[in-house]
Amino acid sequence: MTDAALLDRKNPAILPARGGMLGALSDTFWRRPKLLLFLMLTPPVLWLGIIYLGSLFALLLQSFFSIDEFSGLINREFTLKTYGELLRPANLDIIMRTVTMAALVTLASAIVAFPIAYFAARYARGRWKALFYLGIMLPLWSSYLVKVYAWKLILAKEGILSWLFAKLHMLWLVEAWLAVPIVGGNSLSVSATGTFIVFVYVWLPFMILPIQAALERVPGNLVEASSDLGASPGQTFRNVLFPLALPGIVAGSIFTFSLTLGDYIIPQIIGTSRLFIGQAVYAHQGTAGNIPLAAAFTVVPIVIMGLYLWAAKRMGAFDAL
Amino acid sequence: MTPAVSFQKVSRHFGAVRAVDAVDLEIRPGEFFAMLGPSGSGKTTCLRLIAGFEQPTAGHIEIFGESADGVPPYRRNVNTVFQDYALFPHLNVIDNVAYGLMVKGVGKAERRRAAEEALKLVQLPGYGARRPGQLSGGQRQRVALARALVNKPKVLLLDEPLGALDLKLRENMQEELKSLQKALGITFVFVTHDQGEALSMADRVAVFNDGRIMQIGTPEEIYQRPASRFVADFVGSSNVLPPDFVLRYSGQRRWGSLRPEAIRIQRAAVGDGVPATIVSTSYLGATTRVALDAGGQRLNAIVPAGSPLPEAGEAVVLTFNREHLHVMEGEA
Repeated sequence: MTDAALLDRKNPAILPARGGMLGALSDTFWRRPKLLLFLMLTPPVLWLGIIYLGSLFALLLQSFFSIDEFSGLINREFTLKTYGELLRPANLDIIMRTVTMAALVTLASAIVAFPIAYFAARYARGRWKALFYLGIMLPLWSSYLVKVYAWKLILAKEGILSWLFAKLHMLWLVEAWLAVPIVGGNSLSVSATGTFIVFVYVWLPFMILPIQAALERVPGNLVEASSDLGASPGQTFRNVLFPLALPGIVAGSIFTFSLTLGDYIIPQIIGTSRLFIGQAVYAHQGTAGNIPLAAAFTVVPIVIMGLYLWAAKRMGAFDAL
Repeated sequence: MTPAVSFQKVSRHFGAVRAVDAVDLEIRPGEFFAMLGPSGSGKTTCLRLIAGFEQPTAGHIEIFGESADGVPPYRRNVNTVFQDYALFPHLNVIDNVAYGLMVKGVGKAERRRAAEEALKLVQLPGYGARRPGQLSGGQRQRVALARALVNKPKVLLLDEPLGALDLKLRENMQEELKSLQKALGITFVFVTHDQGEALSMADRVAVFNDGRIMQIGTPEEIYQRPASRFVADFVGSSNVLPPDFVLRYSGQRRWGSLRPEAIRIQRAAVGDGVPATIVSTSYLGATTRVALDAGGQRLNAIVPAGSPLPEAGEAVVLTFNREHLHVMEGEA
C-alpha cells in the first residue's frame, strides 16, 4: 500500500498544476480558447478599425463635401459636386493617364516576373533558392528614394544607359523612341517611358513573390501529366501552368496596380510635368487646400481596384485557389 | 512479332546512383506486364523511361519497333496513370478526361462524347461536372484511368495505381483492371512493390533489385522456381535454404527455396523428417504462420487454420515433398 502510494507520487497519472499566475492562466486559456482569441485579436482590431479604417472613412466623407471657391472654406453639406469636378477634362486626363500607366506596369511586371518565379519554384534548390530570395528582397531593404534617385542618374542624358547605347552605336534607337509623342521627352529621365521603367523596377518583387508562391503549390507531376497526354510545352503553359499560377498573378497585380495608382514620388522625380492621381491628391490637399477634391481623387483607385477584383473573380482567376 | 517495348542495355544514372543499370527487356504486345521490386529498385525509373520523362544515360529504347531516343513524352503514344493520379485541380472531371483530345485539336462535341464513353468504361458515368477535389480516392483513380484510356494509347503505364486505396477497393480494382486489359487488348505495364498484386494480375512479371532485373517470367515461374535468393525472399517470403541444408535432400550443393505452405508439421519428438522446435505462431485468418527453428535454421510454415497447433517451445518433426524443394540454379 505504502509502496503504491510512493510510486504514485513519483509518477502520478495527473500532474499537479504548475505554480503561480502563469500556470493558472495557461489552464484557463486551455479551457476557454475563445478567451485567448479575443484577447489576442482586440488590439489589432481596434487599431485596424479605428485608426486605419476610421480615418479612411473620415477621408471618404470629405469627398462628399465641397469647397467654397471664394473663401476657400469647406462647406460641410452633402453634395456630389466634387465628384462632378473629377469629370472635368483635366482631371479625367489625370485618371486615364494613371490607370493606363498602372495597367502597363502590371502587365510588364507579370511578363518579367513569371520566368523568374518559375525558375525559383521549379528549379532553384538550397543555395540557389537562398540567392533568389536575397536577390528579390535586397532591393526592398534599401530606401525607396535612394533607388529612385539612382534611376534618375541611370536614365539621365549623361547617364550610364545613354553611354551604353552610344558604345553599341544604338543611340539613334533611344532618340527615335524619345521623339515619339506621349511616351518620349527630352531624355529618358523626364519621359513617361522613364516613369514606366522605374515603376516596373520598384514593384517587381511584389509580383514575383506571389507568383512564385502559386507555382510552388503546383505539383510537378501535373506538368508531366499534361506532357504525357500529348500537350506541347506551350500547351502545358496555357492549359495548366498559367491557370494554376493565375491567383498568384492576380495577387501580384493587386500590389503593382494599386501601388502605381497611389504613388506620387516616382512620377515627380522621374517623368514629365503631367500629373498622376497621387500627385493630384498631394497638390489638392496641400497647397490648394481642396481636401474634398483630394478625397474624391483618393476614391478613384479604391473603386478601380474593386472593379478589378470583381472582374478577376468573374473571369475565374480564383477558381484554382 | 515486334515487341511493344524493348530495352537494349538501357541505363539511367543519377550522378553516382545507378537507378537503372544495363537492363534488357522485351514486353510483348497486348500483355499485362508487371514490374515488381522494393522501393529504389529502378522499376519506376524504367516506367518513366518508357513514358519519356527520363532519357536513358546509355542504351536504346524502342516502342513498337520505333526508336524512342530523344522523343519527348508528348510525341509518344503512351499514357500514364500516375501514383497520386495527377488530376488537374482546376478542371472538372470531363475536362480532365478530355484533356488529351483537347490538346490534339479534337472538336468539343466529339471529345465530350469520347470522354463520357471513357467515364462509362471506368464505371463513373455522370460524374463529368465534378471537380477532382470532390471525389474519393477510388473515384480519382478511375478518372485518371479514363483520362489515359481515352487517348487509345499503344501502351498504358500504371505507376503503383492501387497503392493509395484500401484493401477492399484494391481487390476490386485489380479484377477490373485485368478485365479491362483483356477487353481493350492494350499493353499494360504495371509497377508495384506488392508481390500479391503482381502475381494475381500480370501475364509476366519482372523482378527488380538495385537497378537490375533479377528474373522475368510468368507468375508461376517466379513463385515456384525463383532464380535467386532475392526473388525467393521477395516474392512470397519463401524459406531460403543454405547449400548444406539443400545437399541433404536434393544431392546438390546449391542454395534452395521452400515455400512455407509446402511444410507439414507433425507433433512428434522423433520421426522421419527434420526435427525442429516451434518458436511462435501468428493467426492470419484462413491460415496460421508458424515460425520454426530446425537446428539453427529459421523456417516459416503456413498451415491451414483449424488444425490443432503445438505450443511454442514444443519439439516437432517437419516433412515436405522433395519436389517442392527448389534448387536455385542462378545462385552460386
